[in-house]
Amino acid sequence: MAAKIEAPALREYPTVPTLAPGAMAESKPYVANEKMQEALGFPGQLVDDWQEKALGRMSELLANYRSLRVYMDACVHCGACTDKCHYFIGTQDPKNMPVARQELMRSVYRRYFSVAGRLMPQLVGARDLTKEVLDEWYNYFNQCSECRRCSVFCPYGIDTAEVTMAAKEILDCVGYGQKYSNEIIGKVHRIGNNLGLPGPALEDTLLGLEEDVKEDTGVDVRFPLDEAGAEVLLVTPSADFFAEPHVDSLVGYAKVFHQAGIRWTLSSKASEAGNFGMFIGNYDQLRKIALRIREAALELGVKRIVVGECGHAWRVAYSFWNTLTGIGAGADDPFAVMLQKQLDHRYKQPSHICEVTWDLIQRGALSLDKEANDHRIITFHDSCNVARGSRMGDSAGGQFEIPRAIIRSVANKYVDMAPDTTHEKTFCCGGGGGLLTDELMELRVKGALPRMEALQQVVDNHGVNFMATICAICKAQFTKVLPYYGFKMGMVGGVHQLVSTAIQLGAKS
Amino acid sequence: MSTASIGFAIAFYLAAAVFGAGLALRIALYGRTPAPLKIPTTPAPTTAAGVAFRMFREVAFFESLFKANLWLWGLGWLFHVSLALVILRHLRYFTEPVWGWVAFVQPFGIYAGLAMVAGLAGLWLRRVVLERIRYISTPSDHLILALLILIGISGLMMKFVSHTDIVAVKAFFLGLMRFDWQPLPSDGPLYVHLSLVVVLLVVFPFSKLLHAPGIFFSPTRNQVDNPREARHLAAWAARLEKN
Ligand code: HEM
Ligand code: HEM
Ligand code: SF4
Ligand code: SF4
Repeated sequence: MAAKIEAPALREYPTVPTLAPGAMAESKPYVANEKMQEALGFPGQLVDDWQEKALGRMSELLANYRSLRVYMDACVHCGACTDKCHYFIGTQDPKNMPVARQELMRSVYRRYFSVAGRLMPQLVGARDLTKEVLDEWYNYFNQCSECRRCSVFCPYGIDTAEVTMAAKEILDCVGYGQKYSNEIIGKVHRIGNNLGLPGPALEDTLLGLEEDVKEDTGVDVRFPLDEAGAEVLLVTPSADFFAEPHVDSLVGYAKVFHQAGIRWTLSSKASEAGNFGMFIGNYDQLRKIALRIREAALELGVKRIVVGECGHAWRVAYSFWNTLTGIGAGADDPFAVMLQKQLDHRYKQPSHICEVTWDLIQRGALSLDKEANDHRIITFHDSCNVARGSRMGDSAGGQFEIPRAIIRSVANKYVDMAPDTTHEKTFCCGGGGGLLTDELMELRVKGALPRMEALQQVVDNHGVNFMATICAICKAQFTKVLPYYGFKMGMVGGVHQLVSTAIQLGAKS
Repeated sequence: MSTASIGFAIAFYLAAAVFGAGLALRIALYGRTPAPLKIPTTPAPTTAAGVAFRMFREVAFFESLFKANLWLWGLGWLFHVSLALVILRHLRYFTEPVWGWVAFVQPFGIYAGLAMVAGLAGLWLRRVVLERIRYISTPSDHLILALLILIGISGLMMKFVSHTDIVAVKAFFLGLMRFDWQPLPSDGPLYVHLSLVVVLLVVFPFSKLLHAPGIFFSPTRNQVDNPREARHLAAWAARLEKN
């Protein structure tokens, strides 16, 4: 199946694509089965009174989320967002224009929750919530990676991701969930991580890594698991434990901690930074998954929580953890208070691994040989959730500057991609938001188009041969998709993979 | 007093009530609805003053739109700035004595009337010509533009073609405000102008014109990026912590 998918041609002068209505009408992920649904407390299959249930849930969400409430009313159909979505650019399906995607829900909102839509549905484009409409929701809201690029350009900041999350929550509540995301969330609760890697296997993997690094460098770099009393708890996406190129970044983190003399540990309970509760727009799941990390931190008695290279995990950690679990400041429930007392007063908030490394570099705590990366000409892909939903360091824009600063300190050759495709205007890799599943391969390949075009430019003009990123989903997605565009899959890797190459372990330890 | 005058008087009272109450209720609803999570979009200010400045730039200059699409920004901004000037100019019908600065904007208001119609025409053209904007347009999008253009043209008619007795118009509106009804001049363009304004007032709280209050409540634009410093918790989410 995958072989038949053709990547769209790269365009030399990207213009707004013409519309191809219905081009992606058939694209949809597998539906979650009964077991996966019920494990999360959702109905096993589409319930008989789904329409009533869906509208009921929608009404609750409208009351609970100001974003949804305001965004359902405020859009003027100005079209500023229309050409900003990578899925529209890549597929030309008009329903992948952000406003058209919102309209799938807005049309229903108008019909049932607005005066105009109740009285004159045709006039304002209001529709009954029929089974066809529900199917359309399922297909097209599963073609949104919740990347929020549209929100940057909308004059009112309308964030299609908020609408998509609401839609996925409603679909889950009527028993029409998506297999990939819901299965993963089940695994997090049952086993501890998205990939379903049990504790003993994790231990083996880490021992193996210790041996590998020893072989490579002659130095005993440790990969500790569940070590009570460590200073730092590292929470990282489980892909870092064995997927390529992810694992090279894990090695990078370990070397950084090793050289800086920081005692750190991973946790088998919180062996996953990712939080798919965000992708499915379910506050309860978002919170439950986040609470595992608080529990692990309390059990291990750590002084600081550090998050590895994972885009949406960092958004959740930076923007939501304090709200969800009180990791931060200001919470008053007993566990949060206990944790606040336990954590180093300088690091009550979660840190990104890039913040840790950059801080050490600035203090001269790492010995780095830039030449070691001379075989690489590097560019950086800003991951959506880091770029548009979080921050690093003490000042606005730190999430852009810090990873780039690290790359510049560990390598000599660095170039940025076109400004319309970086920083807050970055294009999604095409696989975020719970879409990183094989049955959506066509969507993923096409959605990568704008990023591939920007990459081709720096490849042609500067000979770039390495695209660094700090997101597990980006890494997995690009590894799969790069070959469709004629690039080598090894071109993508983590920032800490570069750090790992440059760091001179013998020198300072 | 003519039946028409009485009709307009009643219509304006009703329209003003629908507009005022409808808008107030919507704003109260927006204000009451919690935003459970911190979701400001980058570049997000880290202080409340920064947010106020960002909001000012969005409302006064349409900053995000500027980044998105220059043509749309140009036409949209032309229309809105002109609309603002036209409305300021209209304040003279409702204040006695006319405030100094309202008197000052009078001359600009006339050009603004023309610019407003031009901007609207451009926006409409865009809506009809560009395939993807046509695709997302509903009949109501066209009707709103038609409504505003007709209000503008009927106003310009009065200004440039067939004058109306604006002193009497003013007396009529001051009379409405003071509950001391005065007759309205019986001129075609004026009737058209005012009837359409009544429609605009009634439609406002039930249509996409809610974008005007909406922007101030948009969490991606009005939140401070400080989740590390201050805990942000909605009341309904706080209740979960008790379980
Ligand atoms: C806080 C005040 C307001 C702000 C910040 C604002 C902002 C905007 C922006 C950014 C757009 C999209 C670009 C465009 O098409 O111009 C827009 C569209 C529009 N606005 Fe406003 N607006 C405000 C008040 C109003 C008012 C009071 C009216 C009418 C009485 C109005 C009528 C419209 C219409 C009809 C459109 C759609 C134009 C089209 O079809 O393309 N706006 N507004
Ligand atoms: C109760 C409200 C209103 C009243 C009593 C009113 C009355 C008038 C009058 C009497 C004129 C003629 C001015 C002259 O001859 O010098 C006029 C012009 C005009 N009106 Fe209105 N109008 C109202 C609302 C509006 C609104 C809401 C708009 C825009 C959406 C508008 C747009 C215009 C324009 C563009 C002109 C022509 C330019 C100008 O003279 O300012 N009017 N209006
Ligand atoms: S959030 Fe991203 S994927 Fe979704 S509509 Fe907006 S631009 Fe497209
Ligand atoms: S940019 Fe915003 S207001 Fe304009 S069409 Fe898109 S979502 Fe609607």
